[in-house]
Amino acid sequence: MRRERLFRNLLRLAAWLVGLNVLVISITLFWGASPTLRHFGLGFLWSSHWNPVTDEFGALPFLAGTLATSFLALALSLPLSLSMAILLGEFLRVGWLSNVFKSLVDLIAAVPSVIFGYWGLMVLVPLVREAEMWLMPLGQSVGIEIMPYGVGVLTASLVLAVMIIPNTAAIAREVLELVPRDLKEAAYSFGATRYEVVRSVIVPYARSGIFAGILLSLGRALGETMAVTMVIGNTNEMPANLFAPANTMASVIANELAEATTAIHYSSLIAVGLVLFLVTTVINFIGTYIIKKMTVQA
Amino acid sequence: MRESKLSRRLLFNGLFRAGIYVLACGALLPLFLILFDVFRKGLPVIDWNFLVSMPRATGETGGGIANAIVGSLMLIGLAAAMAVPLGVAAGVYLAEARKSRLAYFTRLAVDVLQGMPSVVIGIIAYLWLVRVMGKFTALSGGLALALMMLPLVVRGTEEVLKLVPAHIKEASLALGVPHYRTVLRVIIPCGLPGIISAVLLGVSRIAGETAPLLFTAFGNRFLEFSPLKPVGSLPLTIFTYAMSPYQDLQAQAWGASVVLIVLVLATNIISRVVITRWKIQF
Amino acid sequence: MKISATILTILAVLGLGGAALAAEELLGAGATFPEPLYSKMFDVYYSQTGNKVNYQGIGSGGGIQQILGKTVDFGGTDAFLTPEQLAKSPDNSLLHIPTAMGAVVVTYNLPGKPQLKMTPDVIAGIFLGGIKSWNDSRITGLNPGVQLPGDPIVVVHRSDGSGTTFVFTDYLSKVSPDWKNKVGAGTAVKWPLGLGGKGNPGVAGLVQQMKGAVGYVELSYAKKNNLPYAVVKNRAGNFIVPSIKSVSLAAGASMPDDTRVSITDTDAKDGYPISAFTWILVYQEQAYGDRKAGKAKALAKLLWWMTHEGQKYNADLLYAPLSGEVKTKAEKIIKSMTFNGQPILK
Repeated sequence: MRRERLFRNLLRLAAWLVGLNVLVISITLFWGASPTLRHFGLGFLWSSHWNPVTDEFGALPFLAGTLATSFLALALSLPLSLSMAILLGEFLRVGWLSNVFKSLVDLIAAVPSVIFGYWGLMVLVPLVREAEMWLMPLGQSVGIEIMPYGVGVLTASLVLAVMIIPNTAAIAREVLELVPRDLKEAAYSFGATRYEVVRSVIVPYARSGIFAGILLSLGRALGETMAVTMVIGNTNEMPANLFAPANTMASVIANELAEATTAIHYSSLIAVGLVLFLVTTVINFIGTYIIKKMTVQA
Repeated sequence: MRESKLSRRLLFNGLFRAGIYVLACGALLPLFLILFDVFRKGLPVIDWNFLVSMPRATGETGGGIANAIVGSLMLIGLAAAMAVPLGVAAGVYLAEARKSRLAYFTRLAVDVLQGMPSVVIGIIAYLWLVRVMGKFTALSGGLALALMMLPLVVRGTEEVLKLVPAHIKEASLALGVPHYRTVLRVIIPCGLPGIISAVLLGVSRIAGETAPLLFTAFGNRFLEFSPLKPVGSLPLTIFTYAMSPYQDLQAQAWGASVVLIVLVLATNIISRVVITRWKIQF
Repeated sequence: MKISATILTILAVLGLGGAALAAEELLGAGATFPEPLYSKMFDVYYSQTGNKVNYQGIGSGGGIQQILGKTVDFGGTDAFLTPEQLAKSPDNSLLHIPTAMGAVVVTYNLPGKPQLKMTPDVIAGIFLGGIKSWNDSRITGLNPGVQLPGDPIVVVHRSDGSGTTFVFTDYLSKVSPDWKNKVGAGTAVKWPLGLGGKGNPGVAGLVQQMKGAVGYVELSYAKKNNLPYAVVKNRAGNFIVPSIKSVSLAAGASMPDDTRVSITDTDAKDGYPISAFTWILVYQEQAYGDRKAGKAKALAKLLWWMTHEGQKYNADLLYAPLSGEVKTKAEKIIKSMTFNGQPILK
C-alpha cells in the first residue's frame, strides 16, 4: 500500500514538474526582461532604435523582420503545402505512392535548420543576388533601392517557406480526411467533378482545420532561428523593402546574447525573447484549440 | 451550350488535378535539391580521418569533427537522461489520471513547451544554469535540449498508453496485481515500442538544434567527456564553418552536414520501424 | 527500478567527467581578430604540455562580457577596456596582456583581384555610403591603371560587438571628421548602410561570396583566403601595404605600462595606419569564485608561453610579434598576477 502511494506521488510529482516548468519559464523571462520593461515601458515595442552604444533599445525592427519573413513565407508555402494536403487527403489517400509522399513530407520536417541555412547561404543567396542585380534598374525607376546583397528578408522567407511546408501539409491532410463521405458522395451524385467537390464541399468544410494548420506553420516560422540567421543579413534596422537585410526576434537573440555589453542590453534581449514567446504561444494555442474542436466534432 | 459547359468543367478538373500533382512535387523539390547538394558536397569529405580527428588550427587542412560527434552524442545522452524519466512518468500520469485538474494543467504546459522557439529555451537554460553555475557546460546544453525533447516524450507516452486496451489492465488488476505494478510491469511494456519511438523522435529533433547551444554548451575544439565543461556539437560546427571564408572549413561543414543528416534520418527511420515491426498483439 | 538506473547512469557520467579533469583545461572567449593565431598557438600548446585551451571566437564584445561575468578564464579583445568598463570590477583589476599586433585591412571582391590604393576620405566615403559604385571617380582617380567595374559597392560590416570594428572606427574617427560626427567609434556602432557578418570569418565569408562587396577584416583572413586588400595612405602621405613590417612600425614610441593604447593613424613614416594590438584579459587576483591554485598557475604559464615561445608562430600567420619593450611590459603584468595575494610566477 505504501508502495502504491509512493508510486502515485512520484507520478504526480512528474506531472507537477512538467507543469511548473513552464510556469517557471514564464516567470524567468519576465524577471529577466523587467529592467527593460520598467525603463522603456511598452514603448519598447514600437521604438525602432536598437543601439547598444547609446543604450537605446527598441524591438520594432525585429518585430517587423519577424512578421515580414513569416507572413511572406506563409504566402509562398501555402500553394505548395495545400496542394500536398489535397493530394494526400483526396487523390492519393492510400497506396505505396501515398506513403512515399507522406514520408518525404515528414523528411522535410526532419532536416535540421542549420542545414537549411547552409544550403540557403550557398545556393539561394547567389540566385537571389543575380535576381536583385537584374531588378535594380527596375527598382530605381519606381524609387525602390535594391542592393544586390543576396541576403535579406526575401531569401529568409524563401528558406522559411520550404521549412514550414510540412506543418500545414500534415494538419490540412488530416482535416481533409475527416470530411464525411456522405457529404462528398452527395456532391458527386449531383454530377460534380473532383475539382468542384474539393472547391465547394471539402475545403469549406475543413476550412477551420486548414486555418489551424496555417496558424501552426506561422508559429513555427516565427520561432525559427538558425536558417534565418544565416541568410537574413543581420542588420538591426527596419527593412526598407523585401530585398533589404534585417533581423528577426530570434536571430538578434542568437547573435547578441553571448556578448550583451550592458545590463540593459542584456535584459532587452530577454524582453525580445519574452515577446517572441508570447506571440508564438498565443498563435499555437489558437491553432491547437481549433484542431481539438474539429477532431472532437468528427 | 450545356456541351461546352461540361467540357469546360472537365477541363478545369483535369487542370486542377495536374496542378495539384505539379505543386505537390514542387513542394518536395527543395528537399531533393538540398539532400542532393549536401551529399554531393559532403560525401567526398568524409573518411575515417575526418570522423576521428580533432579540428586543426584555423587555416590548416586535415582536421576532423571527432569533437563535434562526441559532443553531440553527449548532449543527446544528457538530454535523454533528463527528459526520458520525467517525460515517461508524466505521460504515465496523464494516461492514468486523464481528467484530473493536474492532468489538464500538465497537458497545457506540454503544449506551451512544444511551441516554444528553441532560442527562448536557450535563454532559459542560460539564465538557469550558466549564470548560476558561472560557467558554460554541456549540462546546460543538455538541459535546453531536454526541455525541447520533453513534450514529445510526454505526448508520445500518453498516446501510446491510452491505446493499451482496458481489458489488459483489468485482467491484471483482477488477478490481484497492485495498481502500480500493473502499470510498471504490464501497461508500460505493452506501450514500450511507442515510448521508444517517441524518444527516438525526440532525439532526431534535438540532434539538429543549434540556437540553444550557442550560449550554453558554447563549443570546444577538443574532445571533451565531462558534462561540466563546454562541449562542441555537430550543428554548432556546421554553423561556424559554414560562415567562414576558409574553403577547407566550408567543405568540412558539408561533411558534418552529411553526418548530421544521417544521424537524424537514422533515428527517424528507426523510430518508425519500431512502431510498425515491434507490435505487441492484443 | 528505472529511476535508480537513471541515477546510476548520471553518476557514472559525472564520475567519468571528474576523471577527465586531470589536466588543466582553460576556457577563453572573445576576439576573432587573433583567432587564427590563437588556434595555432593552443594546438601547439596542447601537443607540448597536454593542457587544453578552448578558445571560442565570439567577438571582442563577447570576450569582455564573459570575462566580466567570470564565466571564462580569459577574454580576448582588440578593444582595450574603457575606464567605465574597468570600473565594473573595482576590487579586482582586469589586466591587459598584449599577445600580437595585426592589421585591419579593407578587403573587397573585384574581378582580377586588384590591389587598390585608398585614402582615408575614400574609405570613409565608401562606408558612409557617399561613394556608391566601384568606378566612382574618387577611386579610379587613385588607381589609374585598374579596370574598375560599374558595380554597386556592397558594404559588409560586423553584426557583433567587435574589437576589429573598434580599431576600424577609431581610425576613421581620427581621419574623417564626417565619420566622427555621423558614426563615431566603438565596438558596435550604428552603420549607415550594409550587411552584418558574424565575426571576422563572417565578414570575410560574405566578401568572398559577393561580387562588389567590401569589408574590413584582419590581414590573415584576407591573405589566407586570397582576398585582395587595399593599400592605405597614412598620415605621412605614403601608401602603405599592410604587412608584418608596416604593422610593427606603427607601434610607435611610447606605450603606457598597462599596455592599453590605440596605434591607429600612426605618425610613423612607413607605418600601416590601421594597425592594432590584441590583448588577453585576466583578473589580477586569481582567487575568485571557486578557482583553484592549479588553474591560476596554468593560466599564468599559458600567458608567459604566449608572449615568449608562442611568438614564433605569429609571423607565419601574418601577425607582428611583440617588440622587446612591449614584451618587457607584458612580463611585468603577468608577474603581477596573484593567487590569494601571493604572486603566481616567480
